[in-house]
Amino acid sequence: MDCKNAQTMLDGYLDEELDPLRNLEIEDHLHGCAPCSQSYSDRQVIRSGLKTDSFYFKAPTDLRKRIQRSVRQAAKAEAPASWLSWLRVAMPVAATALVVLMLVPFFAGPSSDELLTQEVVASHIRSLMVNHLADVPSTDEHTVKPWFNGKLDFSPPVDDLAKQGFPLIGGRLDYLNNRPVAALVYQSNKHVINVFVWPSNKTRQTSESIKAQQGYNVIRWTRSGMNFWVVSDLERNQLEKFVAMLKGQTPAT
Amino acid sequence: MEDQSKLARFEQSILPHLDAAYNLARWLTRNEHDAEDMAQESYLRAFKFFDGFRGTDARAWLLAIVRNTCYSWLQQNRRRETMASFDEEVHSIENEASNPAKLVLKSDDREMLKEALEELPVEFREVVVLRDLEELSYKQVAEIANIPLGTVMSRLARARERLKRLLCARLKEKPKDGL
Repeated sequence: MDCKNAQTMLDGYLDEELDPLRNLEIEDHLHGCAPCSQSYSDRQVIRSGLKTDSFYFKAPTDLRKRIQRSVRQAAKAEAPASWLSWLRVAMPVAATALVVLMLVPFFAGPSSDELLTQEVVASHIRSLMVNHLADVPSTDEHTVKPWFNGKLDFSPPVDDLAKQGFPLIGGRLDYLNNRPVAALVYQSNKHVINVFVWPSNKTRQTSESIKAQQGYNVIRWTRSGMNFWVVSDLERNQLEKFVAMLKGQTPAT
Repeated sequence: MEDQSKLARFEQSILPHLDAAYNLARWLTRNEHDAEDMAQESYLRAFKFFDGFRGTDARAWLLAIVRNTCYSWLQQNRRRETMASFDEEVHSIENEASNPAKLVLKSDDREMLKEALEELPVEFREVVVLRDLEELSYKQVAEIANIPLGTVMSRLARARERLKRLLCARLKEKPKDGL
């Protein structure tokens, strides 16, 4: 090892950061080289001088207290900050929601669904009152179905259910939900069943939902792109039986 | 709950290294007042980033923050002394004239050594403080000062060589007897 190498390794040797092989090489060189040996002892002198207590500045005690206080303050500020900031966002939202919820009953009124149910029931009652049950009184589905041609922009499914105890007695045009609809009239003993049919703008099918209004049962569903509303004073389980049979005639798409 | 335990963990693992933090800040800023500010700022930063501390060497982690805080401060407050003027090549060991005379340091000469250390460029000063005062390994020094391991040794060599030269110059000027 030459002096230049020894000088660059000297500090690693002093700091015991060299591998054992390098340590031996340095020791070997220092034995035979007075200037490098001198450099080494100078470094030792300086280092021992630096190792005295006066070179190490200890933190003042009040600094320790001050830091502890400010860190604790930061910790405190951090903790509520997270939910305070959340609150800042949430509060106006919650307040708005509360106001809206309180005002909804005053402004919203009945939903469109409720309105349509009322309309369907009213139409059913009217058909019984004014003796205008059928425009085409016929028990023959092959008479009733073609009758709608030219009167509607769709062709409603018409099936006679006489064998099942619900004979078809006719059909007529009606007006519901701001459009002309097909009304098919069935009978079960003395009870009249109105089936309103019109095309649905929804493609998905919905299963029946049942409502009772003014003593009438209303069952509705969507199938094969058609809305079906069935209304009658028939008992609920009887009407459900009718619906099951009607649906059995209409193939699902 | 979460923050309570964070504070507790912080106070347990980081707060005990306040002396190390203050000592480094004191040597880098070269005055007590700024050192206290740097230490406090460093501790607040350390607390802020404490969630990111996953290691076991809390002292080295804290000292890296202290070092960065002090360097930012130096850049803002002591433009003339910044690292921009520091060049590894210019300060290479060949340029440091080695004094052939044997160095002897009496106990009342230590104040001169202190002055000499304060006079060193900050890049030299920090490796000496971290290695000789804080007694950290080269690996720890490399991580704190953000330099390669090999640079730690070469920088220490140059720093000590220059320290010796500065000290020798002072010792020569020293009046022989009293006032």
